[in-house]
Amino acid sequence: MPILTEDVRNKVREELTKLPGKAKLVVFTQAFECEHCRENTSLAEEVAALSDQVDIEVYNFALDKEVVERYGVDKIPAIVVAGEKDYGIRFYGVPAGYEFTTLIEAIKIVSAGESGLAPKTKEALAGLKNPLHLQVLVTPT
Amino acid sequence: MVRADMVEATEFPHLVHKYNVFGVPKTVVNEVVQFEGALPEPLFLQQVMKATVEEG
Repeated sequence: MPILTEDVRNKVREELTKLPGKAKLVVFTQAFECEHCRENTSLAEEVAALSDQVDIEVYNFALDKEVVERYGVDKIPAIVVAGEKDYGIRFYGVPAGYEFTTLIEAIKIVSAGESGLAPKTKEALAGLKNPLHLQVLVTPT
Repeated sequence: MVRADMVEATEFPHLVHKYNVFGVPKTVVNEVVQFEGALPEPLFLQQVMKATVEEG
């Protein structure tokens, strides 16, 4: 039983046909003690299936330590949305509801390699001397 | 230089507790700056850059 309805799948497919470049969903999961992991992995798989430009890799959070460390993932379920390179975008928890739209937007952004931010914002961020870690806490509705 | 996490609050109650989340969206930057609500880009940037000042 798919998570996405036929209607949503069609809309997402249409959105993703315009992707200018590759995108990759790197999913971290675990079989036990992770209530939403299975749903998260299924959702990522369903999205990846809608476009040839979107690849998916699924890793075990407990066993694939090298990859977990490489992406700096500290909790699950997690999805790293990467393009030609890792832009630092992470989704923790199932991106359902409004966050599903955010996930699709993130895929489009990394695929294009263009954030869409204002020149002034880019200028300020280009001058960063220390890393920034943003955590945006949201709810699905 | 920038890492951005979307965190689904209901799945990570310990973070809701840690960051005193009463409303969403709530943004936490480098553990030193916190703000609630969706801000227009210039104001969002202003808040985010505060973290670089707070850290000296």
